[in-house]
Amino acid sequence: FYLTPAQVNSILKANEYSFKVPEFDGKNVSSVLGFDSNQLPANAPIEDRRSAATCLQTRGMLLGVFDGHAGCACAQAVSERLFYYIAVSLLPHETLLEIENAVENGRALLPILQWHKHPNDYFSKEASKLYFNSLRTYWQELIDLNSGETTDVREALINAFKRLDNDISLEAQVGDPNSFLNYLVLRVAFSGSTACVAHVDGVDLHVANTGDSRAMLGVQEEDGSWSAVNLSYDHNAQNEHEVERVKMEHPRSEEKSLVKQDRLLGLLMPFRAFGDVKFKWSIDLQKRVVESGPDQLNDNEYTKFIPPNYHTPPYLTAEPEVIHHKLRPQDKFLVLATDGLWETMHRQDVARIVGEYLTGVHHQQPIAVGGYKVTLGQMHGLLTERRARISSVFEDQNAATHLIRHAVGNNEFGTVDHERLSKMLSLPEELARMYRDDITIIVVQFNSRVIGAY
Amino acid sequence: AAGMFLRLLSDIQWRAAHPKWRRMTRSQRSTSTTAEPHPVSLPAQAQVVICGGGIMGTSVAYHLSKMGFKDIVLLEQGRLAAGTTRFCAGIVSTARPVSIELKMAHYSNKLYQQLEQETGVQTGYMKTGSISLAQTQDRLISLKRIASSLNVMGIPCEIISPKKVLQLHPLINIHDLVGAMYVPEDALVSSANVSLALATAASRNGVQIHERTSVSHVTIQKGRVTGVETDRGRIQCKYFVNCAGQWAYELGHSGEEPIHIPVHACEHFYLLTHPLQEPLSSSLPTIVDPDGRIYIRNWQGGILSGGFEKNPKPLFTEGRNQLEIQNLQEDWDHFGPLLSALLRRMPGLEALQIMQLVNCPESFTPDMRCIMGESPTARGYFVLAGMNSAGISYGGGAGKYLAEWIVNGYPSENVWPLDLKRFGTLQSSRTFLRHRVMEVMPLMYDLKVPRWDFQTGRQLRTSPLYDRLDAQGARWMEKHGFERVKYFVPPGSDLLDLDHSKTFYKPDWFDIVGSEVKCCKEAVCVIDMSSFTKFEISSTGDQALESLQYLFSNDLDVPVGHVVHTGMLNEKGGYENDCSIARLSKRSFFMISPTDQQVHCWAWLKNRLPDDSNLVLEDVTWKYTALNLIGPRAVDVLSELSYAPMTAEHFPSLFCKEMSVGYANGIRVMSITHTGEPGFVLYIPIEYALHVYNEVMNMGQKYGIRNAGYYALRSLRIEKFFAFWGQDLDAFTTPMECGREFQVKLDKGMEFLGQEVLLEQKQNGVYKRFTMFILEDHDTDMDLWPWWGEPIFRNGRYVGKTTSSAYSYTLERHVCLGFVHHFDEKTGEKLVVTTDFINQGEYEIDIAGQRFQAKAKLYPFSSLFTQRRRKDEVELSGYQRE
Repeated sequence: FYLTPAQVNSILKANEYSFKVPEFDGKNVSSVLGFDSNQLPANAPIEDRRSAATCLQTRGMLLGVFDGHAGCACAQAVSERLFYYIAVSLLPHETLLEIENAVENGRALLPILQWHKHPNDYFSKEASKLYFNSLRTYWQELIDLNSGETTDVREALINAFKRLDNDISLEAQVGDPNSFLNYLVLRVAFSGSTACVAHVDGVDLHVANTGDSRAMLGVQEEDGSWSAVNLSYDHNAQNEHEVERVKMEHPRSEEKSLVKQDRLLGLLMPFRAFGDVKFKWSIDLQKRVVESGPDQLNDNEYTKFIPPNYHTPPYLTAEPEVIHHKLRPQDKFLVLATDGLWETMHRQDVARIVGEYLTGVHHQQPIAVGGYKVTLGQMHGLLTERRARISSVFEDQNAATHLIRHAVGNNEFGTVDHERLSKMLSLPEELARMYRDDITIIVVQFNSRVIGAY
Repeated sequence: AAGMFLRLLSDIQWRAAHPKWRRMTRSQRSTSTTAEPHPVSLPAQAQVVICGGGIMGTSVAYHLSKMGFKDIVLLEQGRLAAGTTRFCAGIVSTARPVSIELKMAHYSNKLYQQLEQETGVQTGYMKTGSISLAQTQDRLISLKRIASSLNVMGIPCEIISPKKVLQLHPLINIHDLVGAMYVPEDALVSSANVSLALATAASRNGVQIHERTSVSHVTIQKGRVTGVETDRGRIQCKYFVNCAGQWAYELGHSGEEPIHIPVHACEHFYLLTHPLQEPLSSSLPTIVDPDGRIYIRNWQGGILSGGFEKNPKPLFTEGRNQLEIQNLQEDWDHFGPLLSALLRRMPGLEALQIMQLVNCPESFTPDMRCIMGESPTARGYFVLAGMNSAGISYGGGAGKYLAEWIVNGYPSENVWPLDLKRFGTLQSSRTFLRHRVMEVMPLMYDLKVPRWDFQTGRQLRTSPLYDRLDAQGARWMEKHGFERVKYFVPPGSDLLDLDHSKTFYKPDWFDIVGSEVKCCKEAVCVIDMSSFTKFEISSTGDQALESLQYLFSNDLDVPVGHVVHTGMLNEKGGYENDCSIARLSKRSFFMISPTDQQVHCWAWLKNRLPDDSNLVLEDVTWKYTALNLIGPRAVDVLSELSYAPMTAEHFPSLFCKEMSVGYANGIRVMSITHTGEPGFVLYIPIEYALHVYNEVMNMGQKYGIRNAGYYALRSLRIEKFFAFWGQDLDAFTTPMECGREFQVKLDKGMEFLGQEVLLEQKQNGVYKRFTMFILEDHDTDMDLWPWWGEPIFRNGRYVGKTTSSAYSYTLERHVCLGFVHHFDEKTGEKLVVTTDFINQGEYEIDIAGQRFQAKAKLYPFSSLFTQRRRKDEVELSGYQRE
């Protein structure tokens, strides 16, 4: 049983989304040309989330991917809320006052974000009031704290991450009279999510990362070839600094039990995450909340389960590492993706595939026979393979889709193999997760002309 | 790599050939002692200067010198045979769809065969034969059509089964083949060495050959070539021959007065391999697989294989010049599809080792036919270029025809299909050429079905009514850059798309054209005929009349307001043009000619009218829109619009009058329709075109008026036995041979061009006769349709070919027009064709190998003419060509 190329395409393209920064007078003065995003589920339902928005009260654009675990509730909440926290953190004092006044007097609120959403990217209606109140509390505190200094993007990102995670934790502890919401906030807190968020404002690119999603810059070298620059560090057992950090934060007696089988406390892959209160709350707090919580929570073995060797919580933080990069004309694009992509593809290949896709130039060296011994058959095979590589480019109108096609369908030669693609996409739900992870990708394309003019 | 190839293909023989003519040129020079690049200084003057030392230039030099011409100089900017000629695949193939090209290739083959013996230069000539493969039935039909015309020319050729293909060439995969055509006498040569052999012979005959000499431009004074400027000085000359290949366009544009030569280069790729383990025999036939877009020949024990891809790469659009064609970059990705086709055709070659992918530019022309002849603007400036990658096949014959042209004033065959004058300045835009050659190159191997139209370079010249007609469903074809309507697709009906409409059988527009014809017969139709060439000739005194009386065969001294159909004949009585001339006043004439006569007729008249400032010739083609109102109700429409009586008593046939139509004044109305049907042509100053068209259509409604196109016109004129110039009539056909004596006034009281020959023919009879054939046992729905070029058999013996054909909706039969000869049964000598000879024969027309019975007629069916007005002048003329 095989999927036809058309069926494959309809699966691959179901979640694709593109946004082009609008032009004024035939000019786009933004350093961002636009972005393509897409996601391919392996879990049912998918646990990855993505967000993109333009800041309306400050300059800049926000883009992020969120890889949920133990359910999608936390990733969903973070994808809805984090950008508001960041935007608010960036707002000048006067604007915060203006907004607070508007809310106070029941006037229309200044819009803070313009979202760029795929129809499948939903926001929870039920929780919006709750989320709004938490956010309002945050900006009220910011107003009170008015330091008079201009807002530093790095600080804002770190504050926003930490504050949102704190709010998630608090909301779960306080609970909600509405039983649906009560259950929701608990699910959000007990599930977890990584976050990899980019903030682009002119030539200033900040990437805030928590967890093992990754941001990568695509750079075009002078000879036209493509190379990759990492703009985030993975927070997992492969990152020595991260292992070191965790160990520093806990007594030496726990050294052996902290990281087992490359997992935090032998359980969690990412070493930083939103939610996951099981790795943050004290045992007492966990027990109290679960017991007083709704039955669904109480009956859930996972939530009741306390991690082994759980002595000195918290073991987990949502605090991001922030990397600042000044964009240069040779920086052509940024890829934000969950680990589903990075598990299957090397970043160098990602840089090349996206680079060639975006420029439309396929830097295949022309073949020259020269003095080599080549037979007609060998040449034919080589040309067929090169053609396949090019034709896969033309099938896609979205760089993220193109990348997913390669991630899932690549054969050993680095070309998309339809048979393989068809097999991977027609796996039954229960098997899919064994062969691949959810993949979420955002490819941001930069405007070299604007960047060069800075 | 380029060097290696050069050595392999030609250098060894080059060294052998070189001393022979070099010694000769050296002997003319005594002062120089060292081997300088230019041992001989250029002569100060010459009769002919030929530019280009490729196959064309050397062939022209060879033939000119053979014909006894003296003082010939050949200039080559690099080395002889170092351009496209050097890289040419060396296949001499006679299987050509156009008859004149077939003749050239046939002659070339015979010439090359004896060239080594004549010159002592090894040419590598090897008679291998060629096999053209058919993967589809349609392809087989097209091969059968070519086979029919090869056979009647006496060139051995047969249609063979796939099994027979395998016997002739053991490497071929025949599983997807439906048949093939085998031409056993096709050959292979080393094209560079053929060129060197021709140069050697020419040199012996006194032609001076100068390498490393660049022509910067040609000087022209008073419309005549006077000399050539080179980087080594000036040569005065009477004739200049531009054989510069892909640089012909550049060279033409280098002078003060540009000579437009529409050629454009495309990259052309072919593959060379090492020898097979068991080297291929050098006598193995060449394979042409047009459906796979490739050709394959044996080459030094291995193969040489190239093709004509769907996505050609044009180059040198900006006109980059260079001394010799460098070996351009190999592009394997581009060659990929052709390599696939090669391995599909010869799967056994997988393990064969590649030697090189050769990239050599070839020049192509806008209509896939080569370019020869004299410039319409500069006398003595000749061109031979644009071989569409068949240079070696045409080289011999083309050089011969061009030499004849220079020596005798015209070649021994009709070469109008190749004449430079079929193009105007409009085809010389670089953008046009670039786009068009991208369509032409793949066409080399595309299936050529009747009535195909080029898709690129369109909508250049249009009538002011173009948008109106287009909105009403017009489907367009192009003639001389002018858009013309083929037919109108009624609303709601849908025709096949371009690719699917290709057929040798009944076309999808059959019923549409049928209903347009019916409307022409029963009511009234309007056809936009604005593309026709329109000249005005006027003078202060009688110069116009006197000149025209000499240049045209009919009597033009008619009352003002009369229209005369007449031929414009050459010295041999042949038609240079066939036109209608209206006498507008005592001293001015209005002349209507076929669309593609715009350049040729202009040049013909310009060269022959006396140099008199009081005699004015003006091209007014662009000034008038022409609407042809055809049908019995045309008279009603026009009289209602003009408030003037239009009946035969007031407006007889072949009459011309300026009148008002609607609000518009000064409309030239002529009572001709070019179809034999009643009606009028309105010549409308273009600013009134839309108004008059709207008035005609509005008024015509109650008479059932509708739009019609050229296909309807064509059917109407062919069923009435109307010949038209360019298709049926050519420079080798006289009025006597096509039953048009009535359009000749032998006793008009003064001498006219061609008169002598006509008188002689009247006395002694003619050697060919234009005849109409009605196909008898032909099933329009099921059988292959005739096109043109089908052999005609009389009592089982070949007597000639058809020149045009159409389905007559009235007769419900196919009608073919063509020429019948009388070949002596023993000697093959041409005998006089008498009426009895025509009438007393059983005829068959051969359509792609299948013969259909036909009834021959020398006069049209009188029943088809609904009315006759002036007994002496039945309108018998038509201008359009498909």
